[in-house]
Amino acid sequence: MEKEQLGQVLSELFPSLEINTSQDPVRVKADAGSIHSLAMTLRDDSRLQFDYLFNMYGIDREDRFTLVYYLESTLLRHIVAIETDLADHDNPVVESISDLWKTAEFQEREIYDLMGVSFTNHPDPRRLFLEDGWGFPLRKDYRDDINFIER
Amino acid sequence: MPFNIYDFSGTTKAIDQFLYAKMAPTWAFITELAIVGIIILLFYAVIGLYLVYLERKVCAFMQNRVGPNRVGKWGLFQTIADLIKLLMKELITIRKADKLLFNVAPFIVIIASFMAIAAIPFAKGLHAVDFNIGVFYMMAVSSIGVIGILLAGWSSNSKYSLIGAMRSGAQVVSYELSVGLALLSVVIFSGSMQLSTIVESQANGWWIFKGHIPAIISFIIFLIASTAEINRGPFDLAEAESELTAGFHTEYSGIRFAFFFLGEYMNMFIVASLAATVFLGGWMPLHIGNLQGFNHVMDFIPPIFWYFGKTIFIMYLIMWFKWTFPRLRIDQLLTLEWKYLLPINLVNILIISFIVLMGWYIK
Amino acid sequence: MQEVELQDILTAREDGDYIINIGPQHPSTHGVLRFVVSLKGEMLEYVIPHCGYIHRGIEKMCERLTYPQIIHLTDRMDYLSAHMNNEAVSLLVEKATGVEVPERVKYIRTILSELQRIQSHQLWWAAFGMDMGGLTCFFYGLRDREKILDIFEESFGSRLLHSYICPGGLMNDIHPNFQKRTKEFIKYFRKKLPEFDELLTGNIIFEMRTKGMGVLSKEEAISYGLTGPPGRASNFACDIRKLYPYSAYDKVDFKEILYTEGDTWARYKVRMDEMWESMKIIEQLIDNIPEGDFTAKMKPVIRLPEGEYSQRVETARGELGVYVVSKGEKTPYRMHFRTPNFSNLFVMNRLAAGNKIADLIAISGSLDLVIPDIDR
Repeated sequence: MEKEQLGQVLSELFPSLEINTSQDPVRVKADAGSIHSLAMTLRDDSRLQFDYLFNMYGIDREDRFTLVYYLESTLLRHIVAIETDLADHDNPVVESISDLWKTAEFQEREIYDLMGVSFTNHPDPRRLFLEDGWGFPLRKDYRDDINFIER
Repeated sequence: MPFNIYDFSGTTKAIDQFLYAKMAPTWAFITELAIVGIIILLFYAVIGLYLVYLERKVCAFMQNRVGPNRVGKWGLFQTIADLIKLLMKELITIRKADKLLFNVAPFIVIIASFMAIAAIPFAKGLHAVDFNIGVFYMMAVSSIGVIGILLAGWSSNSKYSLIGAMRSGAQVVSYELSVGLALLSVVIFSGSMQLSTIVESQANGWWIFKGHIPAIISFIIFLIASTAEINRGPFDLAEAESELTAGFHTEYSGIRFAFFFLGEYMNMFIVASLAATVFLGGWMPLHIGNLQGFNHVMDFIPPIFWYFGKTIFIMYLIMWFKWTFPRLRIDQLLTLEWKYLLPINLVNILIISFIVLMGWYIK
Repeated sequence: MQEVELQDILTAREDGDYIINIGPQHPSTHGVLRFVVSLKGEMLEYVIPHCGYIHRGIEKMCERLTYPQIIHLTDRMDYLSAHMNNEAVSLLVEKATGVEVPERVKYIRTILSELQRIQSHQLWWAAFGMDMGGLTCFFYGLRDREKILDIFEESFGSRLLHSYICPGGLMNDIHPNFQKRTKEFIKYFRKKLPEFDELLTGNIIFEMRTKGMGVLSKEEAISYGLTGPPGRASNFACDIRKLYPYSAYDKVDFKEILYTEGDTWARYKVRMDEMWESMKIIEQLIDNIPEGDFTAKMKPVIRLPEGEYSQRVETARGELGVYVVSKGEKTPYRMHFRTPNFSNLFVMNRLAAGNKIADLIAISGSLDLVIPDIDR
């Protein structure tokens, strides 16, 4: 489906969300509380059919966190990027979408491990790379006296 | 002292008479035992060393490389260097391992193969122990090696070793059946279990030719089953480095590991000797029926060279298997034995019995 | 989310599980990866992979490095697809700054990617055969791989981590012998690749161990994000070279290899066929490299305009994605690598549970994991 058409379908389904078709891929600014239902609609709707979650990562903007999900449809060949802002910087929480796409389970564990974003309803809420008790290195305010040399 | 390379019985009789003339009968007997024991020990050690070297060269040849060639001319002293290194290594003892069993296990493996070597006819008149149940004795004695393997795995107190030992035990015990039945086929043909009689009955042709198709089937089954017996080749799951590090001998170091290692190569030698003796005529030169001229030419080569030539040929086949094929999984291994080899073997034995009754083979 | 211990998860399962540890130092996990495996006799109940032994914080380091410096870090992620990793970051920077690279650069980049792919698959075959027990495969595979490494060494000075493809083009021009030696290699390898088939593919023992083993359906492969040869073995058409062509891939004619069975055998065959396809691609390009500059003119300090950028590339193991959030400075604000091995690793439990230990080795060999790519 072409970008404009996709943008139209998305605005029909989610009238309250901001949809940006000028960038490549189409970006949707989603609401953190309803991310799960949004994701489920994106996966199940017959005009969209986003069955392939190929990337997920978090950004630490100093006052809030942003999670970005990249979804692709292998049948209809279109891509969408979903952005959510998590306002609480000290304890960011968002709902897990690991029941929709199996790869999300591990991407979310990595985001928890490196950034400290907690996911509710996650089947296996453990750290992935680092030891327990380590901080969250990808945060901008992470300090490590031994390994970091501040100019 | 007479020394005839074609017939050692003259030499052995001369030594025997010399000893009995010089000392009291009991002492002469003990001296004879001691001499035979020492000769076999030396033979075992030297052959073991050079088998390792042979394997490394053959393996290198198949893998498009050269193999050891630095230590001594053509790398001949490589194994001796390895042996010295192993002797100097620290013997690591595991804290919670069962010390007695841990130490005894390598010895059991070595003793089992040692006892089997004693019964093999190397040349005419060069036969240490000539039982009238020779074949049976060799089967029985090589089965003792399983105990060594199981003890090694159990006493190491390590999960990897235990898994390796269990797999190995199951494998060896299953394949002994096929080995025994394959040997039984030649026993039926020749009518005797005594190894020297079996060799002499091949004076007009080897059993693999005289017994035509059933003997060839037996030979192939014997080769496959004995490769599995000695934990080698495509059946070396018990010590697969890429899966369980080293299976039942993971925790052994130094001379104890050297014993396992040596025992494995000597088992290969025993199995190859047995195949050569029973199917390929032992020390008998290649005779074709009654072609006198041909037989005379073949007789020119001393029997001991025939024996070693055949054994080395079979060992080369066994090494070829190992370096070409990937490994079988344990359940595929056991399926092969119980569902394929064993039924084929039983049917083969029936056919052979029928053939012998009817006389449809070259006597 | 409290920090839950592994012990709690394990004790929640049945008591009396026989748990063994495979790795992190193990001859066949090919890298520092640890599998905690629960056995019932020979059967695996579950496999829990533990990664992070080689986590170096590449994403965090990228926030302090300029874009040309990041090239050297990307080499070390999946070191067997080093050129493709470099290409991903270079393409992203060129797209974002609007720089157009010369045609010569595009051709050379594609040829290098395909040579790298062949070399990676040769090493995979060598290691896979060795894990299966056919130790001779190791020597055959590496013998032929040495020829490619010699070509690389002549042109770029190093055998493994070249850092040759950089934003704007290439670090330096290729050696005058490059074309001749590559053509010789292709001719040589076309004769040798059937030897690989003779040694391993046609072997009945190998077929028994790989056919029907570890089957993954297409829907599951998509849900797990399993890309690259394992994905294509489950009929998931995920080849980025075909879907979103970059460099010179739109100028060449090659097939996307798809198999439907989804078992270890199919994963094996996909890579063997890919080697043939890669040779075809190189043959189409090697004689037609246009003359020209080996790099476009880039500013001395590369700044990406503010915004978010992404680039996807097909490495030897799957889809690599590079995602940059830039605030207009010379270092990225946030850089994320979507690595293929990360998604490929986590199908292990789904595939291996219910099979035997020997199958665990076969399956992890067929997935072809390179651990530094998982941990970054």
